[in-house]
Amino acid sequence: MIYLRLFYEFFKTGLFSVGGGLATLPFLRSMADTTGWFTRAQLTDMLAISESTPGPIGVNMATYVGFTTAGPLGSLVATAGLVTPSVIVILLIARMLQKFRHSLIVERAFYGLRPASTGLIAAAGLSVLPVALLNVQQWTATGSFLALVRWPAVALAAALVILTNWVKPTKNLHPILFIGISAVIGIVFRFGGV
Amino acid sequence: MKEYWELFWSFAKVGVMTFGGGMAMLPILQREIVEERHWATEEELVDYFAIGQCTPGIIAVNTATFVGQKRKGNLGGVVATMGIVMPSLIIILAIAGLITNFSDLPVVQNAFAGVKVCVCVLILNAVLKLLKSSVVDRRTLVIFLLVAGCSVGFELAVKHISPVIFVLLSALAGLVLKELEARRA
Repeated sequence: MIYLRLFYEFFKTGLFSVGGGLATLPFLRSMADTTGWFTRAQLTDMLAISESTPGPIGVNMATYVGFTTAGPLGSLVATAGLVTPSVIVILLIARMLQKFRHSLIVERAFYGLRPASTGLIAAAGLSVLPVALLNVQQWTATGSFLALVRWPAVALAAALVILTNWVKPTKNLHPILFIGISAVIGIVFRFGGV
Repeated sequence: MKEYWELFWSFAKVGVMTFGGGMAMLPILQREIVEERHWATEEELVDYFAIGQCTPGIIAVNTATFVGQKRKGNLGGVVATMGIVMPSLIIILAIAGLITNFSDLPVVQNAFAGVKVCVCVLILNAVLKLLKSSVVDRRTLVIFLLVAGCSVGFELAVKHISPVIFVLLSALAGLVLKELEARRA
């Protein structure tokens, strides 16, 4: 019964991958090796597509792997398997949190947790920044500092910072609008270099 | 019934508008869930992300479950989760069935290079908003800078470090710092 195995494998992945979508990757690699449902090369392609389509990467990956393995129903089963453990765990934690939210210990722990959580989010944004704004390959190839910086990308980033923070008529626009405009600008000015 | 539908629909919207993983979801969540629906506060969002970092599964799903549970109990949590995964299911099925070389298309590559720049700026904007509820004094500022600095540092040194460590240490720091403060007073 392929669907049961698919559910089981993704349930395991969901249960043991802690810290976001990319944490599922090592589990998917070992799934490729042990089940033979798909190859590691296929997995690389699936990751590329999962990263360039909307939605959480982990869910995209599960859907794709499930589809490759057992068709449309497979994608449904794999995704259900992936999210089931975290839904159960979070529902339990949410209940406890409601009960103990205002207890001294929880409040004190969150006093330290909140800045750390914000720090992790900031780090996620900051570590993509060099990838988005710099072109290290060009730099090592030409040795010119001018080639290191993706100037159009820097200009876009600067414009976005200004429009989303300081320009009154635009700063409260929906974020998806800025994402859409950036996609168009990326296409027009060939941000990907292709 | 209407409230479940709203939950499903709102999180489906968040799912469609998330490009590039869990953290990219934050600016969209702030807009849709905090500012427009008032289903959670900025502070709760930070808490959910903190817990999501050290519990199993995907942070996007964890956050959806949290908000759904808060609104409408266990069933609400399940409905919100179904909402956030539905767009992925439809989009990936469409792409997997039709275009196998989707991510190689020049249009897609160029568009995503543009989106990446935007998502960075949006995440950092989101952080500025979160700082108001998380960095409340000098000690929390130090925790923020330490965690952000260390995890960027490790990332650049190509050694991935599990966020669980930061989460556990900072919770401990919170307990110790507040205890010391109480004793001094």
